[in-house]
Amino acid sequence: MTVVLTPGKLGVGRVGDRALRSDGTPKVQGQFAFASDMIAPGMLWGHTVRSPHAHAEIVEIDISEAVAMPGVHAVLTHADVPGAKTYGLEFADQPVLAIDRVRYYGEAVALVAAEHPEQARRAAELVKVTYRELVPVTDMERALESAPLHAGKPTAGHGYREDDRPNVVRHVVIRHGDPDVEGDVTVTGTYELGIQDQAFLGPESGLAVPDGEGGIDIYAATQWLHVDRRQIAPCLNLPEQQVRLHLAGVGGAFGGREDLSMQIHAALLALHTNRPVKIVYNREESFFGHVHRHPARIWAEHRATREGRIVCVKMRILLDGGAYASSSTAVAANAASFAIGPYAVANALLEATAVYTNNPPCGAMRGFGAVQTCFAAEAQMDKLADLLGIDPIELRLLNAAAPGDVLPTGQRIEGSFPVAATIRAAAALEPPAPEPLPRDPLRLPGGAGNTTRGEGVKRGIGFAVGFKNIMFSEGFDDSTAARVQLFADGSAEVHCASAEVGQGVSDVILQVARTELGTDLVRLAPQTTATVGSGGSTSASRQTWMAASAVRDACRAAIERRDAGDAEVDVEIVYRHAETTPLDPETGQITGDRAHVAFSVCAMKVVAEVDVELGLTRIVWIGAAQDVGRAINPLAAEGQVQGGAAQGMGLAVMEEIQTRNGLITNASFTDYLIPTALDMPAMDVVLVEDPDPAGPFGAKGIGEPPTVTATAAVASALRAASGQPLTRVPVTPEALIGLSR
Amino acid sequence: MDVLTPRSLSEALALREAHPEALPIQGGTDVMVGLNFDRAHPAALLNLNEVVELREWAPSGDGYRIGAGVTYAEMMSGPLAAEFPALAEASRTVGSPQIRNRGTIGGNLATASPAGDSIPPLVVAGAEVECTSVRGARRIPVADFVTGVKRNALAADELITAIHLRPSGVAETFLKVGPRNAMVIAVCSLAVSAGDELRAAFGSASPRPVLVTAPRGEAATFPAQVAAAASPIDDVRGTATYRRHAIEVLTRRALERCLA
Amino acid sequence: MRINVRVNGVPSEADCWEGESLLFALREKLGFPGSKNACEQGECGSCSVLLDGVLVCACLVLAAQADGHDVTTIEGLGTEEELHPVQAAFVETGAVQCGFCTPGLVVAAADLLERVSDPSDDEIREALSGNLCRCTGYVKIFEAVRLAASRGAGA
Repeated sequence: MTVVLTPGKLGVGRVGDRALRSDGTPKVQGQFAFASDMIAPGMLWGHTVRSPHAHAEIVEIDISEAVAMPGVHAVLTHADVPGAKTYGLEFADQPVLAIDRVRYYGEAVALVAAEHPEQARRAAELVKVTYRELVPVTDMERALESAPLHAGKPTAGHGYREDDRPNVVRHVVIRHGDPDVEGDVTVTGTYELGIQDQAFLGPESGLAVPDGEGGIDIYAATQWLHVDRRQIAPCLNLPEQQVRLHLAGVGGAFGGREDLSMQIHAALLALHTNRPVKIVYNREESFFGHVHRHPARIWAEHRATREGRIVCVKMRILLDGGAYASSSTAVAANAASFAIGPYAVANALLEATAVYTNNPPCGAMRGFGAVQTCFAAEAQMDKLADLLGIDPIELRLLNAAAPGDVLPTGQRIEGSFPVAATIRAAAALEPPAPEPLPRDPLRLPGGAGNTTRGEGVKRGIGFAVGFKNIMFSEGFDDSTAARVQLFADGSAEVHCASAEVGQGVSDVILQVARTELGTDLVRLAPQTTATVGSGGSTSASRQTWMAASAVRDACRAAIERRDAGDAEVDVEIVYRHAETTPLDPETGQITGDRAHVAFSVCAMKVVAEVDVELGLTRIVWIGAAQDVGRAINPLAAEGQVQGGAAQGMGLAVMEEIQTRNGLITNASFTDYLIPTALDMPAMDVVLVEDPDPAGPFGAKGIGEPPTVTATAAVASALRAASGQPLTRVPVTPEALIGLSR
Repeated sequence: MDVLTPRSLSEALALREAHPEALPIQGGTDVMVGLNFDRAHPAALLNLNEVVELREWAPSGDGYRIGAGVTYAEMMSGPLAAEFPALAEASRTVGSPQIRNRGTIGGNLATASPAGDSIPPLVVAGAEVECTSVRGARRIPVADFVTGVKRNALAADELITAIHLRPSGVAETFLKVGPRNAMVIAVCSLAVSAGDELRAAFGSASPRPVLVTAPRGEAATFPAQVAAAASPIDDVRGTATYRRHAIEVLTRRALERCLA
Repeated sequence: MRINVRVNGVPSEADCWEGESLLFALREKLGFPGSKNACEQGECGSCSVLLDGVLVCACLVLAAQADGHDVTTIEGLGTEEELHPVQAAFVETGAVQCGFCTPGLVVAAADLLERVSDPSDDEIREALSGNLCRCTGYVKIFEAVRLAASRGAGA
């Protein structure tokens, strides 16, 4: 591959430029302060005592020995939580510290603060918790017949469909047209996905500093400062003004920092000891510290005409939400909404059910319900193409949806939705020619393991297309605030609390402000709750659209003021995207114009090699076409596609949190494997530009679609190479050689 | 906790005798994981990094004496790699460059994990472990030195000081199956040498090292013999059925390479 | 216990708990937080440093083992005024996203180019296989190493 490097320039990028990251230099120098790098004078180390059981009653907690240990300043339990005892993103069903019951392995039970982490660990060992073990509910189908894990129904009363089965977090039914319509041919399949972990490199960390007046400053790595504060303040029994969240450097997020981890805990310890308290999870604890991607079981049936036109899709999707609700309700809605893929299909019956179990809690992860169904739906498309003898890409083009078509929710597609163009762009990418033998084992399945010199190696090409909503849906009041200050010297400062988690929203903000204000003298203020309104969540691929729109509008308002004669301008505006409304709980149909705001499509062609005797793989190449609306920063957009593809590939070939009776058995980077430099294929990326009239400068968010599509596309290539059905990801060596599914 | 840092082998042996509770640490690639994750709480650590005698290797008799502190990286290049190609191939599969720069052959034996990558080639080579105390030195064949899963024959006052082995002089290789293409713990592994006698030893497929031998004339049935000698288990990294199957495939491929 | 380590050429001292890693000592005691604590089990390379010129994971070195030795951390590469060519290349190619893996990758890449001035793609991948990155998919990291090599970073 010829590398054409188009280096950008620092600090001058406008909309559309390959702008370089404003935080790039401190990051390469090791000078960028991540959450775990925070230090304060007199700081104590917090440590969390966690449940060794997946399900148990707490009989007694005895902290007397732990408190007496040298260097220990506090040992806290649920009794020490001064305000609300539970919290949650949408539903406050999770205890700050377990009260009378633990519902998952690793649940927080008590806290220790000490002068050295080793003292905290030794004291934590002496917190004596007496448990009465209960049988854990670990199978998502059996959960629907097991005793309820939560008293009452934490998610009831939110307008969701009535469902009397125990442990249902949410049951979504989308009925579209006439689901009894028959086709000429039918393909069915059952699919399964394991639990994927975000595996961001920077474990949960943060520092809480008492302000001496009863309030607290929390420096944490999070995806949404203001919603953290909304959850934290009631638990501390403080008004929101006394709780200030400041974004500390975020070492990746991918959905895993949408829920709280150590924030309330550090604040409790800090307020209790009146000292700054730092909590740093290690890698094992990180697996207990955040929600994961929902594992799923999916039953699918596609009916089509002989010519390949899909006439009806039925899909039943079961999602294991684990012990607490987190964002399972929205994940279920997404799984159903995008179940059939970006195709125009007149009839469908799509059901998604998220359940409570005693497995690790699941919630947001890049792709958010669409990853799971894309894997199933695209496998079905390949199966249908095979049955009908139609080229799989042609089959997809034949059914591709376009603006004006109606989604299964009854929503008519508006704006940019270039499905066919994106499929064609990926299809046009030319995969590399097969490499001759002999090769270094690094270039063969099994890699450094030296397992083949070419024996048993078969090559296959796969294809998939996926799509996903961008921004929040179903009537959520979704906004982003931006504040712009113009100074007499011609410079400007932008305040926007949209969390920079590595994806590059800071530079999107700066590029937009430079463009709108016509100057390079723009600074981005630290992201905090203290100086600006909510930036909304850094999730749902929403910040490019939301923050860019908000900053654009704020800049324009500021210019208006300046033009009106104000010498120094300070203006804050709140941007909202087009209104969405809930789905009808019975039919799953829209109740207004739309349930989702906008969509983004990604298509990928993948070349894989499989050693069909050992079941080892090498993903050789990924050609990706990503619908971006318009690229505000093509360099950053390519990075999103490449990184998103890597995560999707990881789920396809290696990533799974394994459990036994609810206990995680691979909570480490030794056994939870993510792709290395030797696993990542070469990539060609095409950005498909079809500006969205409603998006800022025509742009759309693109964080998630590459991950949605990659898992399905890699699985498709592995099927082509191995000839095995591969109905479960991650694909195992056993499955690749036909020893199991 | 104390850290004892001897500056010579004799000082190290004296400290080992005086402080049998002290856990020896050389490359740290296993010991530090236990400390960092609060799983190991040794009363003391015996830091062997400053004992230069352990870092040396040299021809000895008709073979070589490789100090226990020699790293995987050192075994991957130069004369050691030329004389012991299977050991070099095995070393290249260990962890990452950072781990190979730090992890040592002595540490791999001390940990005595069934997944220890250097162990199969050492078993095939008939290597012996030199264990030394103030009482003197003794040599134990590798297959006997590893007495069980993460158990070894080292006495409380002994240190692993070296490995003794002879070049096989015949074709040999090492193969390792892992769930990704770098930085893995073996799902299973295999070392083979093919002279007049076929010799094979596998990793991650039995609690203790097993050497399987057969006359060269039995090459056709050797893969099945090797697979039959394995006693793999199901665990988080793979199933017993798969491991047994993979060992047979690996043996067949290893023989094809070595007999070509 | 007290340890003396020469960090980036400057003699430094710290009081350590005996079980502490070099990584913890660097980050929390010696004032060099650039090396990152992503896994603390040698599986991610985020804490890569040079110990007496050899690339190692600082999390797997006992702090006491570094006593009397030389350590080069990310903070020792380049200067305030001028980035090391590998650092500059990472910025210019977009090889940095969240940046948590970046210090370790920069140290490992610089170490590779010291040894191999014009590495092949396979050599780059193998040399960086101990450094996990979760954001970038590595593609732009490989570009960065090639760019740095083309500018003679290893010369």
